[in-house]
Amino acid sequence: MNNEGIELKKVYYTYKSIREKDKNIEAVKGASFKIKQGEFVAIIGRNGSGKSTIAKLLNALILPTSGVVYVNNIDTKDGELLWEVRRSVGMVFQNPENQIVATTVEEDVAFGPENLGIPSQEIRRRVDYALEKVGLTKHSTHQPTMLSGGQKQRVAIAGILAMKPDCIVLDEATAMLDPVGCKEVLRVIKELNDKDKITIINITHHMDEACLFDRVIVIDDGNIKNDGKPEDIFSDVELIKNLGLDVPQIIELFYELNKCGLNLPLNIVKIDEAVEVLGKILVK
Amino acid sequence: MIKNMTLGQYLPGTTLLHKSDPRTKIILTFLFMTFFIIINKYYQFAASILFTVIILIGTKVPVKYVIKSIKPILFIVLITGVVNLVTTKGSTALDLRLFKITYEGLDITIKMALRLTLIMVNASLMTLTTTPITITDGFERLLGGLKRFKIPVHEIAMMMSIALRFIPTLIEETDKLMKAQASRGAEFDQGNIINRARSYIPLLVPLLVGAFRRAEDLAMAMEARCYKGGEGRTRLRQLKFTNVDIHVTIIFAFFILANIILTISLK
Repeated sequence: MNNEGIELKKVYYTYKSIREKDKNIEAVKGASFKIKQGEFVAIIGRNGSGKSTIAKLLNALILPTSGVVYVNNIDTKDGELLWEVRRSVGMVFQNPENQIVATTVEEDVAFGPENLGIPSQEIRRRVDYALEKVGLTKHSTHQPTMLSGGQKQRVAIAGILAMKPDCIVLDEATAMLDPVGCKEVLRVIKELNDKDKITIINITHHMDEACLFDRVIVIDDGNIKNDGKPEDIFSDVELIKNLGLDVPQIIELFYELNKCGLNLPLNIVKIDEAVEVLGKILVK
Repeated sequence: MIKNMTLGQYLPGTTLLHKSDPRTKIILTFLFMTFFIIINKYYQFAASILFTVIILIGTKVPVKYVIKSIKPILFIVLITGVVNLVTTKGSTALDLRLFKITYEGLDITIKMALRLTLIMVNASLMTLTTTPITITDGFERLLGGLKRFKIPVHEIAMMMSIALRFIPTLIEETDKLMKAQASRGAEFDQGNIINRARSYIPLLVPLLVGAFRRAEDLAMAMEARCYKGGEGRTRLRQLKFTNVDIHVTIIFAFFILANIILTISLK
């Protein structure tokens, strides 16, 4: 029965060129995967691999050229349920500045529920709840220009939370943030996943960030190249490097050490585990 | 330097006018403006000035803000004044050979100056006591009826509020661009007016392109958050008429009535 979540079935998406002489660009080529409700997933891939296109397919900002995207068993092509799809899958975009609509933080968080036609008292409750969740209650009447990048992204997350979503997709949401802002955002989404069982899909090209997730999907050339736990994904160093991606720092280090004759395991992504392994070797 | 520009010039406060509904303020301001255009007697002007001063004190707006608001129209007042002085015919007050200044000309000039100043001061008293976003909301609600005539009231209001939202962002961007261009040798305040205007092109082009990119991003973000136009949309902040609005309306009505009575009794 439990079919909730997101499923892609042989999805293709082609960007039609405007001028005839240009070629159409096939961004997604038959991708299929399933993400269950409550999963904590990172999607990685180099620039132009089609990962952002996949993000937009997930909440019907674009519709597949062929194939089907299901969100909680709803086909995203179903025009009548379009708003239900967009309500259940929220998107946080890369540029923090360009996704804030209103002149104050709370008005912006209210934007989603306002669009859904929710009564104003209920909106008030949801806004307060969402701002508390992301830790911005104190900033509720601030102007967005007065916030830091990390805070702006948290406002964007709050704006989605106020719509009571099942899933949040972050499309390189940390790419333009400083390390502090980046940590704030990651902490908030981790908490939302742990406590509220909201599915998180984080599209990123920070490999160390991807390691923090339970599952990593590797995308290249519009298709799924690998899918699994981060330690399994990154232990295949050759594949990752062939795809033009980096491996997390720890694995990079172990990989290089192995080249010098050591025999270290490559399925370690957590720092304390790595310290332990290295400690043992040094004791020898 | 460019960052210091205040926008919408709202001054926070808790006075009657601050607390009243934007719709009340908009309607009363318009009524008042019409009133200032209709009146033509000096005692009416005196009463208007007195009343404006009372409001000014009531709103606790510093006088310097009001003076600042008159500045942009000084030029217009001056030009119309000169034209009126020179062209109005009537009994001569002062003969300057080239032209005559008449009593009638003086009369019109003074009244015109008073009219414009009163309109400007009262309008800015409204904007000084209301946040730009509430003014937008007020307009949207007031003109809501025009939707029946296919006038996109909601869309216009949404555009206005987004513009308000992005003005600080674009100002910041302009500042950055200016510094970037200046660091590469651009000069924005050198040469004659044509050269100066030309030097702004490398500033305006990236600014415009950037604004379009932002617009595209924002449109996508809005769609992702279920924006589908004004239909069936609710608001976090409901505009409500309260006792404050009744008080404010009574005060204004009292002033206008007093004026009418005064005018009739003096006839």
